[in-house]
Amino acid sequence: MSTSHSEPVASVEVAPSARKAIAPWRRLLSAFLESKLAVVGLVGLVLILLVAIFAPWLSPQDPFDLTQIDIMDSKLPPGSESYTGMVYWLGTDGQGRDMLSGIFYGLRISLTVGILSGFFALIIGTSVGLSAAYFGGRIETLIMRIVDLQLSFPAILVALILLAILGRGVDKVILALVIVQWAYYARTSRSAALVERRKEYIEAARSLALSTPRIIFRHLLPNCLPPVIVIGTVQVANAIALEATLSFLGIGLPVTEPSLGLLISNGFNYLLSGRYWISFFPGLALLLTIVAINLVGDQLRDILNPRLQR
Amino acid sequence: MSVFILRRLMQSLVLLCVMTVIVFAGIYAIGNPIDILISADASQEEYDRAVRALGLDLPLWEQYFVFLGNLAQGDLGKSFVFNEPALQLVLSRLPATLELAFAAMLISITVGIPLGMWAGLRPDGIAGRSIMAGSILGFSLPNFWQGLMLIMIFAVFLQWLPAGGRGPTASFLGMESTLFSAEGWSHLILPALNLALFKTSLVIRLTRAGVRETLLLDYVKFARAKGLSTGRVIFVHVFKNILIPLVTVIGLELGSVIAFAVVTETIFAWPGIGKLIIDSIFVLDRPVIVAYLIVIVLMFIVINLVVDILYSVLDPRVRLADMKS
Repeated sequence: MSTSHSEPVASVEVAPSARKAIAPWRRLLSAFLESKLAVVGLVGLVLILLVAIFAPWLSPQDPFDLTQIDIMDSKLPPGSESYTGMVYWLGTDGQGRDMLSGIFYGLRISLTVGILSGFFALIIGTSVGLSAAYFGGRIETLIMRIVDLQLSFPAILVALILLAILGRGVDKVILALVIVQWAYYARTSRSAALVERRKEYIEAARSLALSTPRIIFRHLLPNCLPPVIVIGTVQVANAIALEATLSFLGIGLPVTEPSLGLLISNGFNYLLSGRYWISFFPGLALLLTIVAINLVGDQLRDILNPRLQR
Repeated sequence: MSVFILRRLMQSLVLLCVMTVIVFAGIYAIGNPIDILISADASQEEYDRAVRALGLDLPLWEQYFVFLGNLAQGDLGKSFVFNEPALQLVLSRLPATLELAFAAMLISITVGIPLGMWAGLRPDGIAGRSIMAGSILGFSLPNFWQGLMLIMIFAVFLQWLPAGGRGPTASFLGMESTLFSAEGWSHLILPALNLALFKTSLVIRLTRAGVRETLLLDYVKFARAKGLSTGRVIFVHVFKNILIPLVTVIGLELGSVIAFAVVTETIFAWPGIGKLIIDSIFVLDRPVIVAYLIVIVLMFIVINLVVDILYSVLDPRVRLADMKS
C-alpha cells in the first residue's frame, strides 16, 4: 500500500553531480544485493526457473510416457530403487511415477499459469489504471468503483465463483486468475499515475501536442512502473498459490495438466496411511517457489519505495 | 454520525442490488437448467410445459424480477441433491463455519498483536527478526498444503488429534457449539490453527508497521518527554493509534477467513458452508450455489458496513472527510 506514492527513483536522493556517474539501474542492483536474504531468494528463483524450463532434460523419467512407468513401482518411499536400477529419490506416487520428475514437470505448469496470468493482468490492469488516472472524471469514478467492489471480495472467492461458472481447463483458470488480479494492478498504477500526471513533464508532453496514447505509454507508464513491478512479483506468487489451491480443490486445472496443486491433491488420499512423500515434496517445491518470489519482491519494494529511504 | 451511517446503508443497498444482478447473470450463464431437470426422451410438448412452468419463456428482465421476488421471500429453490430448501441448507451449515472463523480470528489476534508489538519495539533484536521471518513463512505457506502437513504431524505421526470432522456439540446459554465440549475442541484446534496462520502473519506485520511508524511521531516523543512510563506510552498512546488500521483489517479479514474456510473445511472434512459449496460445484447443484453466493455477499456487505462505522467511531477524520465530499 505504501508503494502507491512512489516517486521516480532516479530523481530521488541522487545528488546532481552523482547522477551521471552511477546509472540508476546499477544503483538499484547494488541496493538489491545489500540484503543477503534477497540474493538467496533471487538465486533460488533463477534455479527454479531453470528447472522448469529444462524439465524434460533434467527429469529422470517422463511422467507422461506410459512405457517408462511401472505400476509395480507405485507408492515406493523416497530413495527406493526400481528393478531396472533407477533410484526414486523422492519416492513414487500411486501410479508408480517418479515424484522428482513429476515435480519438475509440475513446476513448469504452475509457473506457466502463474506468469501468464500475471502478465495479462499486468497489461490490462495497468492500462486501465493509467487511463483512469489520466482521463479522470466519470470514467475514473466508475472504474475505481468496480475495482473497490472486486477487491472487497477475497481472491479465492471470486476465482471459485468464476470457475463454478466457467468449468475446468487451463485457459479458464488463466482467465479467472486474470480477472481476479487486474484490479490490484489498476489500483496501484492509478495511484502512482495520480501523482505523476500533475508533474511538469506531462504538461510539457501535452503542450507538444503528443498523442494521448503516446503520453500515457511513453511518458506516464515508465514513471509509474516501480510500484507496478513490486505488485507484479507478489501477484505472480499469489497466482501460483491460488492456482494450486483451486487445482487442489478439484476445480482448477484438468488432470491432464498435473500442476503442483494436483500432485499434492493426489497425495492427500495416501497421507492418512502415512505415505507422506506424495504430497509433501510437491508442496515443498511450491513453498520454495513462493518464498523465493516473496523474498525478491520484499527487497524490490524496499529499494523502489523512496519513503523508506531515510 | 447518523447521516454517515445512512449514506453507508444506502451504498450497501445499491451494492446488494448490483450483486443480485451479477449472481442472476451468473446463473444464466451456467446454462439452461431444463437440460438437467428434464429427461432426454421427453417430447417437445413436455419440454415446452416445463419451460413455461419454470418461467423460462419470460423475457430476461422479467425473470430477474421473479428471481428477486422469490429471493425476498427467502425462496431460492430446492437443492437437487438434498431435496431441501437451498437457503435453509446453507444456513444450517453456517454455524460450523462461523465457529471455525471466530476461533481462527481469536488465535490470530491473541498471538499476532503481542508478537507484532514486540517486533515493532525491537525491530533489530533476534526475537524481532525471527518473528518477521516467521511471518514471511506464514504468508508463503500454501494454506492447503499447510493443512495437510498439520494432519500429517498431529494426526498421523503423533496421533494427538483427530484428522477431521466436527466434534460433538454442547449447549451453553442456548448456543449449540463444539466450543463447549472438550472433544469438540480437539476437532476444532487443527482447522482453526490452519485458518489462523495466514491471518496471524498479517496481524503481526500490521502491528509491527504501526508501532514503528507511531513511535516516530511527535506526540509519542512529547509523551516521553513528559516523563510518562514506557508502559503507559506503549500501551495507551501507541496502542490506541495502531488500533485504527488493525480494526479495519481484522474486520475485513473476517470475511476473507470465511471465504478461505472453503479450503480448510475441505481438508478437515468440516461440515460448514465451504465444504458444501465445493461439493455443490462438483454436482452442479445450482440452487445451493446461488444460496451460498447470496448469503456470502450479504455477509460481506454487513461486515464492510460494520467496519466502516467502527472506523468512523475510532477516527473522526474519516467521518468529516466523508461529510465534506
